Amino acid sequence: MSDLTGPVTIPRLAEPGRLTQARVVVSEWTKLHSLRSTRWSLLAAVVLTIGLPMLIAAVVASHWDQMSLRERSNHSPLDMALAGVGVAQLAIAVLGVLVITGEYSTGMIRASFTAVPKRLPVLWAKAAVFAVVTFVLMLPSVLIGFFASQAILARHHILQISFGDPGIGRAVVGGAVYLVLVGVLALSIGAILRNTAGSISAFAALFFVIPPLLNILPSSWNDAISPYLPSNAGQAFLVTSNPGGLSPWPGLALFIGYTALGLAIAAVLLVRRDT
Amino acid sequence: MIEAQGLTKDYGDKRAVDGLSFTVRPGVVTGFLGPNGSGKSTTMRLVLGLDRPNQGDVTVNGKHYREFAAPLHEVGALLEARSVHTGRSAYYHLLALAQTHGIPKSRVRELIDLVGLHDVAKKRAGKFSLGMGQRLGIATALLGDPATLLLDEPVNGLDPEGIHWIRNLLKGLAAEGRTVFVSSHLMSEMAMTADHLIVIGRGRLIADASVDEFVRRASGGVVQVRSPQATELRELVLGEQATVTGSEPGLLEVSGLTAPQIGELAAAHGIVLHELAPQQASLEDAFMELTRDDVEFRADGSAAGQSSEKVTG
Repeated sequence: MSDLTGPVTIPRLAEPGRLTQARVVVSEWTKLHSLRSTRWSLLAAVVLTIGLPMLIAAVVASHWDQMSLRERSNHSPLDMALAGVGVAQLAIAVLGVLVITGEYSTGMIRASFTAVPKRLPVLWAKAAVFAVVTFVLMLPSVLIGFFASQAILARHHILQISFGDPGIGRAVVGGAVYLVLVGVLALSIGAILRNTAGSISAFAALFFVIPPLLNILPSSWNDAISPYLPSNAGQAFLVTSNPGGLSPWPGLALFIGYTALGLAIAAVLLVRRDT
Repeated sequence: MIEAQGLTKDYGDKRAVDGLSFTVRPGVVTGFLGPNGSGKSTTMRLVLGLDRPNQGDVTVNGKHYREFAAPLHEVGALLEARSVHTGRSAYYHLLALAQTHGIPKSRVRELIDLVGLHDVAKKRAGKFSLGMGQRLGIATALLGDPATLLLDEPVNGLDPEGIHWIRNLLKGLAAEGRTVFVSSHLMSEMAMTADHLIVIGRGRLIADASVDEFVRRASGGVVQVRSPQATELRELVLGEQATVTGSEPGLLEVSGLTAPQIGELAAAHGIVLHELAPQQASLEDAFMELTRDDVEFRADGSAAGQSSEKVTG
């Protein structure tokens, strides 16, 4: 500490600024990239999205000669290319939750809301920054995953599809879009529950526990409910045919609806609740 | 200027702040004093709009905190419980908050140097000692060069050097005409720093007075005098309608006269004084006496009130 005797004066601030939404976005970008957990989660998502399709393509290709015709017909090259998305969504969801619950658990949220007392700009900025970062990283990842797995399969002259084939390009790019929405939905769950463990459990229940549970119900119930679950609606956008499920665009629209609903509930609670 | 009117806050069925009204004026350091759990931190959260009052109202310079177009320039806050992400460095913590108002990086570095965190600015805040955390909190509060400062227990965890620095800082800020509102549960600390005191207990206002007035009232105006001519002085003092008690030879405890009056009286009669001390030691006792019924948790473990689960400081 500087001078120890006599009154301490702080240097004056030359140009007082104002609070704007754009500035809150810049602030949230700083918050996101300055944490180690962000870098590890995103790295995991990228590695999984690129690596898993390549690994699976290599394994399938090496076993192709021993496979029966029926077994061969079970392998879809598109599913292979997007195999990493299903796993990466967990990393993205955990990070989405942490973006907000990390502030609650450490008390940072009080500093954030003291700087931005209207609060909503913080939520919008968090969602926007996280969505853009996820998309910018995951779009190249799904594309590399697709082309790399196709390249491996091409060496064995099997399971060739083209990015330009009907629905293929949409589904591959859809992998990145799906991950963005998963991330924002997870962030909303985090903002609603304000607790890391609770939010991750809630996400896992919604995406990994409830869907298989529905299979136990009478099939008439299952058929009526299953397609409309967030996970199934969103994943409808990642396939070219979806028997019994929603078609791609309605599926995506419904998934966007869930995400928007989550964000809206989070916004209402954020403004109303004490910190 | 901070103005609270009938401020009341309940958490569940526990009343943390109860009909609190006070005014904090610019240009002086106002101490906010009360035992732990008396509602100081809650009141500060209400001022900052972090929590909403059940009743009453509080404004800063005539506005609700949420209405400010540039809150960091209006109010700088140090909140009691650390409000820093443990995984982020001090530099990025300050930068992220500065960026919300377009405050430049140079300002962030300036404040890091000012509070003495230069060498650890890139270290994760979670690794900080309590004292370093406080310094970071103070830098956060000063970031926007605010007209009003709200500091919750700023000396907690600081070493003597840091405490000294804070005292000078607070006085300097007040001298610049800023409103400085500082909470503490230590009377002795406030007696050295503050000009005005707002004392609360169990969420209610107990006293709102200048430190001098509070000291006078609290100490009962007792002055301790040590003199080799104590007997002589005793007669003189009694002649001035004051009362005197004395527990040992050569020592008088005078009430009814101020220290300067006694000193002048002694000088006028050529009496030698070895000690002339207004009884400030009893200040702490008086504060404890004043808040005794309002201390939520006693050393013997029994709660003063009926409620006991949640400590809201």
